[in-house]
Amino acid sequence: MSTTFDKVAEIIAETCDIPRENIKPESHAINDLEIDSLDFLDIAFAIDKAFGIKLPLEQWTQEVNDGKATTDQYFVLKNLSDRIDELIAAKGA
Amino acid sequence: MRLEYFQMLDRIVDINVGERTIKAVCTVPKKSPVFEGHFPGYPLMPGVLLIECMAQTTGWLASALCNFSGLPMFAGVKEAKIRTAVFPGDELEFEGKVVHEGSGYTMGEAKGRRGGKIVCDASITYRIVPFPSPQFRKTLQDWATRLDFPLKELIK
Repeated sequence: MSTTFDKVAEIIAETCDIPRENIKPESHAINDLEIDSLDFLDIAFAIDKAFGIKLPLEQWTQEVNDGKATTDQYFVLKNLSDRIDELIAAKGA
Repeated sequence: MRLEYFQMLDRIVDINVGERTIKAVCTVPKKSPVFEGHFPGYPLMPGVLLIECMAQTTGWLASALCNFSGLPMFAGVKEAKIRTAVFPGDELEFEGKVVHEGSGYTMGEAKGRRGGKIVCDASITYRIVPFPSPQFRKTLQDWATRLDFPLKELIK
């Protein structure tokens, strides 16, 4: 059974044409994989569809801009996968 | 259609917020400086302007869905196809659909028809960005009203 990270990595590999083996749990989507904000919208769209959720990108961006969070919390892939799992759990609650 | 002003649509003829669809119509002008260059002696509607028509069509729907809380900024186009030539005087109908409303972005589709036959289609990405000023929001809403956009019925 594939994990949330595996699914996210597959989405990123397919959407951004990045070799799957280069995408690791500790990879930062922006700093390491050099995914820009427009490409990340395609990723968010695919994640929203795949998991039946809505990634709160506006809220995350606001928190980062306000200094209340770091980009690592949302864009390091293992952390992004944890956030996705939380959103899935919240949806089912 | 006011090509030189990038005001591509003449009228919104249907908008269904529940089904997230929209229809708009326009007539390509018979004369325009655009056709003096594209092309001399063979006036042809530029394909990129058909893409703009599609982007504006689904863009108005995205505006309705977000309650004019922000500006749907044309950010990406995929699978754009210009299937046949469009000429001055052609009457066009555009259909738009929003396929996903994300956080701060909207994914849409659109197609254009002439006489019922598809002339172009594309998938379009919008960023929903803050209006640069309250006045600009009103400017956009005034523009919507001129297009018969049912502003009072849809926007609270």
